[in-house]
Amino acid sequence: MIKNISNLGDAALYCDFGNEVNKSINSQVIKYFKTIKEKKFEGINNLTPSYNKLIISFDLKKTNFKEVKNYIENINAQDSKDINSKKLEIPVCCHENFSMDIKRLEEILKLSREKILENFLNKEYFCYMTGFIAGMPFLGDLDENMRAQRLETPRVKVPKGSVALTEQFANIYTFESPGGWNILGNTPLDVFDSSKEDKPNLINPGDTVIFKEITLDQYKNYNE
Amino acid sequence: MSSNYLDIIRPGINTTFQDKGRDHLYHIGIPFSGAMDNRNYLIANKLVNNNLDSAVIEFAYQGPHIKYSGEKINFAITGDVIFSIKKKDTEIEGKCYESYQIENGDEINIISTNKSVYGYLALGGKFDLKFQWNSYSINTKANIGSNDGKKLDLGQRINLKKINSNKDIKKTNYINTKIENIRVIKGTNFDYFSEEGKKIFYEKEFTVSKLSDRMGMRLEGPKIENIVNTNIKSEGLIKGVIQVPADGNPIIMLSDHGTIGGYPKIGVVASVDYDRLVQMSPGSKIKFKEINLSDAETLFKLYEMETQNLLSQI
Repeated sequence: MIKNISNLGDAALYCDFGNEVNKSINSQVIKYFKTIKEKKFEGINNLTPSYNKLIISFDLKKTNFKEVKNYIENINAQDSKDINSKKLEIPVCCHENFSMDIKRLEEILKLSREKILENFLNKEYFCYMTGFIAGMPFLGDLDENMRAQRLETPRVKVPKGSVALTEQFANIYTFESPGGWNILGNTPLDVFDSSKEDKPNLINPGDTVIFKEITLDQYKNYNE
Repeated sequence: MSSNYLDIIRPGINTTFQDKGRDHLYHIGIPFSGAMDNRNYLIANKLVNNNLDSAVIEFAYQGPHIKYSGEKINFAITGDVIFSIKKKDTEIEGKCYESYQIENGDEINIISTNKSVYGYLALGGKFDLKFQWNSYSINTKANIGSNDGKKLDLGQRINLKKINSNKDIKKTNYINTKIENIRVIKGTNFDYFSEEGKKIFYEKEFTVSKLSDRMGMRLEGPKIENIVNTNIKSEGLIKGVIQVPADGNPIIMLSDHGTIGGYPKIGVVASVDYDRLVQMSPGSKIKFKEINLSDAETLFKLYEMETQNLLSQI
């Protein structure tokens, strides 16, 4: 449930669901996000769900903080009958061509390459949010013994499709961008496809993802 | 093939198509984009009799040099911009906030912006562009929008789908006003900062860094000390949010910002001051002034009325 609503500037609401990061709080955030999105309140122009916050920005020409706050306070988020979450399998190739930080992970985690992959693959991860760059999913939660810090100096260019880890999360770089997460492999899937106007994101908040290993040959032939 | 088109002789530094922006996509990581200075964007369209949500060419610092081919057409430039118009045997210096008529073979050379960052070139008609997610705006970071989401480039040809048959020359005597201070509403992590840090934020001057772009405006100056935590759990961002990373130098989120971020938010720029904030060039001095929500709302309403009034007089 929303613990507190405040204003973020003069054109957004800041809905606080608590400070912890866990699935149960995040599911509440997603429930509100989906309910509000369905209802299409005039003047609300963006919703940004994250781990434990929901930011609702609005057009100050059409509405204001008080009106939107009143509306949100009277919403029954249980109304959302269909959360409509998907389970997805993401192929990932962990060949040395792609697993740029495997050595670093072996050192930090004090685990062998085989053990790292065994711990990471074939498990369910929950999509807490997408964003920072278009379509990038924040997936949790990794096993306790798989948690590594970011690179001290982020890479200027992380290749598109990189599957990477930091702390309790995994993510997928939806296109080439700067970044400091530990890269473990690469997926041939287009996780963000701007040509699909109605559904550019393959993975959405609330979905569950399982990483399945593929060989370099399978990777190369994937899109043929 | 269209018979009315522009050829880009020199693209300029940061030349893109922009319009009113994109809504309803933050949750998938796509920011608002759109013209940085909304008021100047609207005036440019009105000066050439376009629909107010038409796409225009936005440039920063150095603008494009273009050659026009086709039927007579009106164009106008807004902002604080130095440009010339080259016809067969003459070259004249152009004035902002005034429309001109050009014809086959004429050139527009946008030399630079003067005391501002962004300028707008509107042509009386409709560019032949890709419309993506209800907008023509180019987002160069995610390659979204017209021109495959890329800046305009040397040698490119841009077609026009439609031309307004408007022969009038329109003008306005609008002047880009400078503002003394940038008004801000307290951010949701305001109390993360030391008493000294908060005082510095409101009392000291910051300098706009040259590392600023459509994503964010970086500021340099006295460091703002954080005493609680230099990171928060990543959460949503909006235009105008002022984040302070561990180095103590504030960054203001602008129209192409990342949709989520993990630095504490010390303040948010009031909507009324956004258009003028983005026009502050590197080296400009910024002072922040606290404002409450209700004053911010009232001032924005007045600003919006003033914009509508300006447009109705063109």
